[in-house]
Amino acid sequence: MKKILALLALGILIAVLPYFVKISPYILNIFMQAVTYSIAVLGMTVVLGYTGQINLAQATFFGLGAYAVGLGTVDAGLNFWITLALGIAVATISGFILGLTTLRLKGHYLAMITISFQQIFDLVLNNWIDFTHGPDGIASIARPSLFGYTLTDDRSYLLLCALVLYAVIYFVWKLPHTSTGRAMRAIRENELAAEVTGVNSLKVKVIAFTISAGLAGLGGALYAAGFAYISPDNFNFARSVEFLTMVLLGGAQSAFGGVLGTSLLILLPEWLRFLKEVYLAAYGLAVILIMVFLPTGIWGLISSQAAKYRKVPHVDVDGIADLDITVPITDPAPILTLQNVQKHFGGVKAVDGLNIEVARGTVHALIGPNGSGKTTTLNVLSGIYKLSAGKMTFDGHDITDLAPYERAGLGMGRTFQNIRLFPALSVVENVMVGAQRENNPIAPGQAALRERALSALKFVGMAQSAEVIVQNLPYGHQRLVEIARALAGHPKFLLLDEPAAGLNQTEKQELVALLKRLRGHGLTIFLIEHDIGLIEQVSDRITCLNFGKQIAEGEPTHVLRHPDVITAYLGESSHGAA
Amino acid sequence: MANFIVINFQVLFSGLALGSIYALVALGFVLIIRATNVVNFAQGDFAMLGGFSMVAFLGAGAPYWLAILLSLVAMGVFGLIFNLGVYYPLRHRSFLPVIISTLGASIFMQNTVLYFFGPQPRPMEKVFKTSGIEVGGVFMDTQYLTILGVTIIAVAFQYFLFERTLFGKKLQATSQDKDMARLVGIPVATMIAFTFIYSAVLGGVAGILVSPVLFVSIGMGSIIALKAFSATIIGGFGDVTGSIVGALLLGVVESFGAHYISVPYKDAFAFLLLFIFLLLRPQGIFGEKISEKA
Repeated sequence: MKKILALLALGILIAVLPYFVKISPYILNIFMQAVTYSIAVLGMTVVLGYTGQINLAQATFFGLGAYAVGLGTVDAGLNFWITLALGIAVATISGFILGLTTLRLKGHYLAMITISFQQIFDLVLNNWIDFTHGPDGIASIARPSLFGYTLTDDRSYLLLCALVLYAVIYFVWKLPHTSTGRAMRAIRENELAAEVTGVNSLKVKVIAFTISAGLAGLGGALYAAGFAYISPDNFNFARSVEFLTMVLLGGAQSAFGGVLGTSLLILLPEWLRFLKEVYLAAYGLAVILIMVFLPTGIWGLISSQAAKYRKVPHVDVDGIADLDITVPITDPAPILTLQNVQKHFGGVKAVDGLNIEVARGTVHALIGPNGSGKTTTLNVLSGIYKLSAGKMTFDGHDITDLAPYERAGLGMGRTFQNIRLFPALSVVENVMVGAQRENNPIAPGQAALRERALSALKFVGMAQSAEVIVQNLPYGHQRLVEIARALAGHPKFLLLDEPAAGLNQTEKQELVALLKRLRGHGLTIFLIEHDIGLIEQVSDRITCLNFGKQIAEGEPTHVLRHPDVITAYLGESSHGAA
Repeated sequence: MANFIVINFQVLFSGLALGSIYALVALGFVLIIRATNVVNFAQGDFAMLGGFSMVAFLGAGAPYWLAILLSLVAMGVFGLIFNLGVYYPLRHRSFLPVIISTLGASIFMQNTVLYFFGPQPRPMEKVFKTSGIEVGGVFMDTQYLTILGVTIIAVAFQYFLFERTLFGKKLQATSQDKDMARLVGIPVATMIAFTFIYSAVLGGVAGILVSPVLFVSIGMGSIIALKAFSATIIGGFGDVTGSIVGALLLGVVESFGAHYISVPYKDAFAFLLLFIFLLLRPQGIFGEKISEKA
């Protein structure tokens, strides 16, 4: 809190500086540009830096805000504040619609569609002259008054814009530590894992895009009145690329980085006057160089250097409550039922007519040689693949057509064969993403999420590493964190894809103990594993697959001695020998 | 009535020629997508560089055909430099830094050319001096016919290269699985470098061919590239046949849209078509649904 107040005091001091020191109108103009651009660039921080989605139409949203004020005040004679609200609304709604229709698409498509949107906007601004004034633009946009004070003076209007900017910085700064902000970062780090962990990725991406567009609209609205004149040139594709460069140069993952990058790129032309005509060429070159040498931007570089000297906060493991993962078994019906489940890729029948029932509170293993369809089955179960045919029922719900995050919301947790964590997030943040799934029976609020996450980490013995960035952990520990992430969501049912892969003998025995503990709490576990010894120790029931078909099912001793199973594993010729 | 048919054929013909230009640039796009899984947002600027290379060599006094040859060689060199400077340092990173880097390269290329040649668009002579032929009332400009012809040759050559030669198989292997290709001894970095060189040359060809129609200008590449990229999405991302079909479709839609609806909004039709495809059939005409492996 002290830090925030100190920063705010510093900010206000800078903003009122022009009242005490004589600053030329030219310099004030540059400040005005920096402040209004920064607001739009902070939108980019949210969508690109936090959520990892590209947006090459930020200048369009900026322009929507600016034209709302320009056309609203000059042509329609509306009050500035009404047009400001209108500008934010138009930008936000456009962002929402564009996001909703295109964010299902990945990277390149999104880049393309936002460029297209930007180009169409440019065409409309230039060609619909009756409405937009065309290439001539709109002049004499008046500045507003507030509580009886007119803000026509550069200094007072700049002060207003600066205060708005500070509010936006505060919002963007705090956002990553809310549930939505954490979900955004999870999507950036690994969208598939986020979705399976319970994040409605489309919704979160649309929120990010909408916030970003709204901020651009706000910045644009303030820009229009600040400069009194706007024309299509201010809002073209080049400006969108400029916003992109600003956020990348400063550091896309931090609110301060965005402001830093904007200020630098606006001041740079002043400092680099000697470059004259080649300035823009140098600018393009700079983008490449930033990408190669400064992937996290200037702020990212500073904070990673600072992190080297900062001690990882100590975690009081003894003070953490024990994890409640008990699942009462009241219903005798199987928790999961697969009826004639099929998954085809083109002509390949990867999974061909599975009928499996998994009883509550048991460990059910899925075995089979490589390529027999085990992982495909798991992906079908967690909703990553859509079924080609068949029906799946989970805990009384038909889940056949549910998205992965909806299945997580019903209490289905999962780990992956090749660990899918959120590498740049801390251990506890990774697990908090798991805790924040829908319907998780815990108290609301960030404190409860954190408490739940720490308990889950303590359960797997990783609480002491809670504040470590997860990519810095050794492999075996990352596996445990992944299990903790699933457990934090209080799952009824856990899907584990080769949990013993890459573990040594001691770690494997620890895993066996862990699985038995979990079953003791009433969890149902469905796992794929190659280590037959481990399977014999933990499983109550085994299903064996070969070429996508079930070839045996039953008690471990029965299945592991089944001649078809032995043939599948050892090949035809060894049949007699076995 | 007869006149109506003739006019429509006329519009169709110029649409196909326009579409062929998009197709040439789209082919370059697809090659790079297949080799590196990233979209090169500076692909259109290869066309622009091709046009300006012609201006430079013709200005230096080279005869037309020699200028074409020299321009294509220059394009190859640009492609190699592009690969080394823009793609290679980022090859191990995700697609986002790479496409941003290609955007930076696009700004760099355009403004460097601007510095040397100035903002004035330059006219360019046609490949053949005769103005055109008339078939059943439809006038066919020789330049448009040349564009169509060269596109057909380029497509045939690319098909032959990829499907019928060992070199092509190596390129395909590289695009499908770099690690595996490396293990069986394919020089992956060289293959990717070749891809960039080849697609830069293709872009150059497109630029040289379109210059007499559109003038040589700094921005000529950007808009062609956007259309070409739209074409690859419409046709099916990374699909060669699809991108050609998509490009021709786009050219025709644009041509008819400009004729019947509005000339200033000509460019908007392509983007609207793209929007419609992305909403209704994002995998494109020939594409299969893509799903990520877990």
